[in-house]
Amino acid sequence: MPELPTPLLAQDSAAHAAIGWGGLATSLLLVGVAVGLSRWQGLRLDREIVWASLRALVQLLAVGYVLVVLVDPDTPVAFAWAWVGAMVLFAAVTVRRRAPEVPGITSLAVVALAVSSAISLGVVFGLRIYPVAGRAIVPIAGMMIGNSIGGLVVAARRLIAELSERRPEVEARLALGQPWPEASKPFVRSSLRTALTSQIESTKAVGLVFLPGAMTGLILAGADPVDAVLVQAALMYLILGCVATNVVVVGLGLTRRLFTPDHRLVRLARART
Amino acid sequence: MGALFALEGVGLEIGGHRILHDVTFTVPDGGITVLLGPSGSGKTTILRLLNRLDVPTSGSISFRGDPIDQLDPLALRRRVGMVFQQPVVFPGTARDNLLTARPGASDDELAERLRAARLDRSVLDQLADDLSGGEAQRLCLARTLATDPEVLLMDEPTSSLDPEARRHLEATARSLVERGMRMVWVTHDLDQADRLGDHRVVIVAGRPATEREMVRYLADGSVDEGPAADEEDEGPPADEDDDGPPAADGPVDDIPSRRADA
Repeated sequence: MPELPTPLLAQDSAAHAAIGWGGLATSLLLVGVAVGLSRWQGLRLDREIVWASLRALVQLLAVGYVLVVLVDPDTPVAFAWAWVGAMVLFAAVTVRRRAPEVPGITSLAVVALAVSSAISLGVVFGLRIYPVAGRAIVPIAGMMIGNSIGGLVVAARRLIAELSERRPEVEARLALGQPWPEASKPFVRSSLRTALTSQIESTKAVGLVFLPGAMTGLILAGADPVDAVLVQAALMYLILGCVATNVVVVGLGLTRRLFTPDHRLVRLARART
Repeated sequence: MGALFALEGVGLEIGGHRILHDVTFTVPDGGITVLLGPSGSGKTTILRLLNRLDVPTSGSISFRGDPIDQLDPLALRRRVGMVFQQPVVFPGTARDNLLTARPGASDDELAERLRAARLDRSVLDQLADDLSGGEAQRLCLARTLATDPEVLLMDEPTSSLDPEARRHLEATARSLVERGMRMVWVTHDLDQADRLGDHRVVIVAGRPATEREMVRYLADGSVDEGPAADEEDEGPPADEDDDGPPAADGPVDDIPSRRADA
């Protein structure tokens, strides 16, 4: 992985990124357009749009003020790590909310997110791609964890659905004396493939179809586009590795929980559609 | 004849719903024992308990005198094969299906199992999904035979087949039994029970019953709560020298004793 140019982290680009309160207020015009369209078409989404917009602003402002403290070079780096821990917990709760039918998903998600974050951040900081500082730890961990939520939810829900819908085949395999890891293998493999496909496809389409957020942000903030591309590529590899680790950890961990020690498939709740 | 399976006070509750109530009977070690009862009476559940796909919440089950909860479940399942109501073929060819049960086997070994299930070895290369319903069910039987089981649990295996395929599978079962295979065959069909069974256990509403109770249940849905052994029309025990629970504790009937009131 290439050594990324340090100016990308320099604060001189910040000036280019500042849009001020006026700019923010102007961008709210677009929310007005969405509300107008909702009313015109009778979608009854106007209240929800306004609420989502206000909530996002408040959440981002709150996080922004926390980040001010966390990225301050004088703040001990332990605070940034504590923030990463909190992100893992919040993400696990989000996963549980999105996949309530999956038994024990919260603890599995915590383990998966912690393992994948440790590996990813270990690579980033172990290979000195970025310095071990709050301003690198928090946003990189946020990107890893945020991108993993979708993969985790898909892997867990798909696995439950596969084993539930294909229960006769799983039990036919168990009845032949296959141990559960073998009897479940085709279904685990299919679930993990589904969960990873989206991330693999977006990795393939990057640059051709869409310009990802980090790169767009850096270019908007005035960074050299090639430098921005290098940063983005490094982050995409990390995200891909992180999502893959998460999906595999949760897939294998969950499968283990869905079978009893004497190789029986437990009864599964029907997934919400 | 000793006991192949002995069930003693077996109960099963799932999600607060009682499926089986104090089920006690023995399966003699020979021939075909038919588990007869109306749909939803718990016959399939009993079969699943014998293969340990489920475990009872009370009571005990033994296989050839050994409590099955003390046997290695994977070894037990290879000794006690199970064929399900709907044929469940795995993706790939018939060979792939058979190799799942007997990894590394030669085509000759696989063809022998196919022959026992009355299928030609030419199906080895056929995609399992392309087989007819009857052929698919016989492939499932051959696949189960590939583990060299001592007993076959047949869960209404003809219910999804046309009459010709059903006759074919019944004949296959009979020929296997003539060569020493033991079978527990679940059915709700009295005529099939007559055709196939050497021994019979009637199950109604999750408990052993007599055929008269079964007929009454089918007529008006009523069930006696008392132990079936108290019924005055109880048939003779299937296995008088059995060391396990006496068959009279549960209504295991010999086919010749089928009563006129059934």
